Amino acid sequence: MSALDTLRFAVRALRSHGLRTALSMTGVAIGVASVIILTSLGEGARSYVIDQFASLGTNVLIVIPGKTETTGGFPGIGGVPNDLTIADAQALARDIRTVTSVAPVSNGNETVSAGGRSKQVMILGTTAEMRDLRSIEMRTGRYLPEGDWQRGASVAVLGDGIARDLFPGTGAIGKVVRIGDFRMRVIGVMAARGVTMGMDFDQIVMVPLATGMRLFNRSSLFRIMLQHDPQADVERIQANVTRILTDRHDEEDFTLITQDSVMSAFSQIFAALTAALAGIAAISLIVAGIGIMNVMLVSVSERTREIGLLKAVGAHPRQILFAFLTEAVLLSTAGGLVGLGIAGVSLEALVAAVPGLDATPPAWAIVAALVVSIGVGVIFGVLPARTATRLDPIAGLRG
Amino acid sequence: MIRLRDIWRTYDVGGRPLHALREITEHIETGEHVAIMGPSGSGKSTLLNLLGCLDRPNKGSYELAGQEVAQLSESQLTLIRRDRIGFVFQSFHLVARLTALGNVALPMMFAGIGRRDRQARAQAALESVEMADRADHRPDQLSGGERQRVAIARAITMEPSLLLADEPTGNLDTRSGRLVLDLLEELTRRGLTLVMVTHDPGVARRADRVITLVDGRIVSRVRGADLGEVNPYIVAVEDSDDGEVPTTADISTEKPDR
Repeated sequence: MSALDTLRFAVRALRSHGLRTALSMTGVAIGVASVIILTSLGEGARSYVIDQFASLGTNVLIVIPGKTETTGGFPGIGGVPNDLTIADAQALARDIRTVTSVAPVSNGNETVSAGGRSKQVMILGTTAEMRDLRSIEMRTGRYLPEGDWQRGASVAVLGDGIARDLFPGTGAIGKVVRIGDFRMRVIGVMAARGVTMGMDFDQIVMVPLATGMRLFNRSSLFRIMLQHDPQADVERIQANVTRILTDRHDEEDFTLITQDSVMSAFSQIFAALTAALAGIAAISLIVAGIGIMNVMLVSVSERTREIGLLKAVGAHPRQILFAFLTEAVLLSTAGGLVGLGIAGVSLEALVAAVPGLDATPPAWAIVAALVVSIGVGVIFGVLPARTATRLDPIAGLRG
Repeated sequence: MIRLRDIWRTYDVGGRPLHALREITEHIETGEHVAIMGPSGSGKSTLLNLLGCLDRPNKGSYELAGQEVAQLSESQLTLIRRDRIGFVFQSFHLVARLTALGNVALPMMFAGIGRRDRQARAQAALESVEMADRADHRPDQLSGGERQRVAIARAITMEPSLLLADEPTGNLDTRSGRLVLDLLEELTRRGLTLVMVTHDPGVARRADRVITLVDGRIVSRVRGADLGEVNPYIVAVEDSDDGEVPTTADISTEKPDR
């Protein structure tokens, strides 16, 4: 009996009870489709987050005050972390040759008002270096002026949205806004950018660093951002930053985040999430497999006469085993292919409906889903097929 | 063709042995047409299954065409069934989803004969049972007699030397039954050995020989032509001259372990 004959025999048997075949195929199709859709969404979410981090600006390191590690000591006894100061930022800019720019950041929320309109927004105190670091584009005017970080002019750069809110219909440049108790002259409006990394650049006001610290009455920086030469050795820069700041503070009371470390952490989280989703979806494949087993067992018990006849006309038990196994594998493979189609169509519809969503099925998920659906047919087809080969032909032929 | 020596077939029923066949010794010659009769539960079908290598005796020897088959493995018996034996059943046992041609070709498919070859042979077999024009009909589009003719075509397509028929006319009207019997007899004239289980004395009478089983034992052997009209047992006794055949009374009171 050739493989083609076995296949043809199985296809005919499946076609002879089309509804049942279609229903048990649907089970596998749903399983495969859900594995692929969920892993695609997981992968899409991962690449979205990675893109967001990449938009942070490349080759960026961030210093945050305080150590995120738990030391096990009593809080307070280990010492309150030293402030991260402008002097620290200046030291980093001065002492590490491969660091191309340093932007200290101070931030807080404050009410911004002009001409009777007011709005509560995030105020970022920073320096001219921030522009390169975050690739800030200007709609009109100019960005924060270069110069001494310790001396802040009373100027402000507005986000696109705020400029439109406070000065509807008129230009904002040269106008005066009130931020808290301070009056500042608007020198520039940033181009519309939207939300990146959870920060809405259109709803932000940037002021010179010293102005910001005076505004919030703070001596500590919120963070220091560093951009380095793309060719530079990141680990060496990290080591240098750590050494310089530890020297200045007498202890390592700060945390250094690299873009890579954040990205890989998020990447790992999302990979784990994707795997978990795939695992949950895979359960439905097992359920589908049990469905196939059930259908095949019904088929075997319905066909005891046929099996008895096949034995009488000299079909070897192995041939009967293969015939029924082929049916099960055909069922599950066809179901898997249908599932692939369903996944492809629904993902396409989803991507079309949700702008900005990337949900390309990962190649490994497609291959794995097909291999698993074939495997489901084999695993859950063996028991019914063996049942068929063990049937007593005499009992099958009686009556 | 067939040599049975002291065949016993015993089943275990609730811990007690049930002798379905006992000390069966019988020779059947090539080309012979033998009918097996007997009341229900007398062991007719068990004997036919043994002859068809679907079952194995607990004891005794079965020589088929010179080969001892009683103790062969299941795989070996599969090959013997495939190459030497054809089966015809009371309820036809055609596969409903296959056409007449597909049903006839089925044994050849499992024997590994190529598609084109087996379709030609199946077509020829259908022609020999005068069913060539129905080759593409499914069983549910055929009458009972036509189905049985397809089943016969299937049984002979592997060119077996032994044809076993279990009540082949049992589900057919008189006219179709007669056609089927004509066909089977025609095959024996070409050298095929035919063993047929039947309840119908009219059918059995056409056999060369009629073997009657009661309680798993052969109780009579007569020429088919000598079989009586109504009740084979009674009439057989009345018609026989030698008086060695048991009477009805003997049969009905016969004890298993006399």
